[in-house]
Amino acid sequence: MTVMIFSELDSTAGELLAKANELAKGLGTGTIALAGPTNSKEKLTRLGADRVIHLHSDAAAMPVLMSESFSEAIATACTEIAPQVLLVGSTRWGREVAARVAGKLGWGCALDCTTVILDADKALNVERLVLGGNAMSTEVFTTLPAVVAIPPRTIPCNAEDSARKLEIGDKNFVLPPSKISLVKTTRREASGVKLDTAQVVVSCGRGLKNKDDIKMVTELAKALNGELGCSRPIAADLKWLPKEHWVGLSGIKVRPKVYIACGISGQIQHLAGMRDSALIVAINKDKDAPIFKAADYGIIGDLYKVIPELMNQLRTCK
Amino acid sequence: MADIVVLAKATVDVSAVKIDAETNEPILKGVPMKMSDFDRNAMEEALRIKAKLGGKIKLLTAGGPEAKDQMRNLIAMGADEAYLVTDPAYASMDYTAVCRLLVAAIKKMGHTDIILAGEASIDLYSGQMGPRVAGALGIPSVSYVRKLTPDKDKLVVEREMGDIVEEYSVPLPALITVTKEINEPRLPNMMQILGASKKPVTEWKADALGLTAPDLVPRSRIKGLKALTMKRKNILYADDAPVSAGKLVAALRGEGVLGGGPK
Repeated sequence: MTVMIFSELDSTAGELLAKANELAKGLGTGTIALAGPTNSKEKLTRLGADRVIHLHSDAAAMPVLMSESFSEAIATACTEIAPQVLLVGSTRWGREVAARVAGKLGWGCALDCTTVILDADKALNVERLVLGGNAMSTEVFTTLPAVVAIPPRTIPCNAEDSARKLEIGDKNFVLPPSKISLVKTTRREASGVKLDTAQVVVSCGRGLKNKDDIKMVTELAKALNGELGCSRPIAADLKWLPKEHWVGLSGIKVRPKVYIACGISGQIQHLAGMRDSALIVAINKDKDAPIFKAADYGIIGDLYKVIPELMNQLRTCK
Repeated sequence: MADIVVLAKATVDVSAVKIDAETNEPILKGVPMKMSDFDRNAMEEALRIKAKLGGKIKLLTAGGPEAKDQMRNLIAMGADEAYLVTDPAYASMDYTAVCRLLVAAIKKMGHTDIILAGEASIDLYSGQMGPRVAGALGIPSVSYVRKLTPDKDKLVVEREMGDIVEEYSVPLPALITVTKEINEPRLPNMMQILGASKKPVTEWKADALGLTAPDLVPRSRIKGLKALTMKRKNILYADDAPVSAGKLVAALRGEGVLGGGPK
C-alpha cells in the first residue's frame, strides 16, 4: 500500500510529495516517487519520498518527453507496485500521461484537481473547476486505486530535508520507445512574460479597437511595475498577443496583488483565470458588463480616456 | 482511404447555466444542451482529412437519448455514419465507465485509422477522455494539436508545449485531440441540416457491446456542485475620466497597492 507520485518537474514533484505524505499518513502507508530522466532522485528524497523508483530509457537522451513511453512505464509500475493513489503533476503533458495510464489500467481519474483530501470516511475527495469556471465540483472516489492530477503551484511544497537519505526501490522500469517520432521543435518567440507569478497584471480585451492600442495598456502595466495580460479574443482569435499573455480558464491562471481588466467584458472563462487576485479593478464603458460584479473597484468609462488619465494621476502621485 | 471516428459529447450549454440563489448551486435541470464546442473542430478536421485521403467519418457519442438531437449538428457538417452508445445508468457514469463504452464501440466499428476528439468538453473541461481512450486502446495519442497534415499512413501534427512548438510524426492508428485554433468549423446549410434529420443514428446499448453492469460500475461520483461566487467590493466610479481616475488612484493608494509606481 502506498501513495505514488510523478511529475516531470522536480518542483511540482515536491508539491505532490507534500500532498502524498499527507494522504499516506491518513491511509497508514508510505510514499514513492517515480523519477524519470528530468528528475533528481536525491532531491525527491529530500522533498519527502520514502522511496524513489527509476524510470529509465535504454535509448539515448530523449529530446522531448514522450507521453506514450511514460504512460507505458508508469502503468507497469502501478501494476507491480499497486499504489492506492497515483498523483501526477497536472501540466498539459502530465494530464496526457495521467489519462493514458488511467485508461490502460481502468482506474478512476480526475485531472486539474485543486483540492485533494481524505474525508471523514477516509475516502479520497477531489475538487475541480467545472462548467466553464462557474462551479466547483466535489468528487469522491468510491473505489481505489485512482489517478489524481494536481496543477503546479497548488500545494505548498515542504522544505527539503537534507538529512533524508536516498532509498532506491528494488524495482526500476524501462521507458519503452514511443511509436511517435519527433520531427522538430521550434522555440516560440516567447516574450519572457511570466504572468503566473506577477504581482500586478493589467489586461486588455475586446474593448481595444486596434492592435496598436495595446501599447497604451502596456504603458499602464509598466507604470505599475506589472505585466501585460489579455482575454481570449486578443490572444486566440485576433492573435494580437502571444499565448503567454492570455488570462483565462484555458489560459494562464494569475494571482496578483492587483488585476486591472481594461475593456474586458468579464466572461466566466476569463474570471476563472484571475478570480484569485487580491484586488480586481475593471474599466469598461458598458455599465452592465459582468466584469463589474467581479471587481472591487471599477470605472464605467471609455478606456481610451480613462487610461491616459490614470497615467497622468500615477505620474503625479507621491 | 481513412476510417475516421470523431468522438463527441452532448453537454449542457455552459453559458446558459444559472445559479440557484438559495442553495448556491448551479441549476442543471432544464438547461439547453449542445455538442461541446471543440468537437466541432474535431469534426471539421475529420472532413478535411477525408477530403485529402478519402474514407469514411463515423460520429460516436456516449450519452442519454437526448444526445441524439444534438448529434444532428455534427452529422449535418458531413458525418457518414452516426452512433450513440447509451445506457440507462449513463447519468451516473464517470470517465472510467464512459471510456469503457466508447472503447467497446470503437472496437465494434472495426478498422479505425484515426480517432479525433476536442481538447476537452466544455462542461467538465478536463481533457481526460481522449488520451484515456487511447491508453485503453493501446494506440499513440497527441493532445492539443493545433495543426494536422494527413498522409496515407501517418499524421504530422503540431502542438504548443509552453515555449516550444513540437512537431510529431504519428503512425496510424492514432488518437488526436484538437484545439479551437486548428480550424474554423463549417456551418452546415439548410439542406445539410434537413438531410441530417433523416440520417439514422445507430443506437448501441451496453449488451450490444458485450458489456454487462459490472463492467460499467463507476469508480467515482460527484458529491456536490457549488457555484463560485465572487464577493468583491463593487465600488464603481461613473464620473468623467479625470475624476474617476483620480478616485481610483486614491483608492488604490489607500489599498496599499501603489508601492511600485513612478515617483
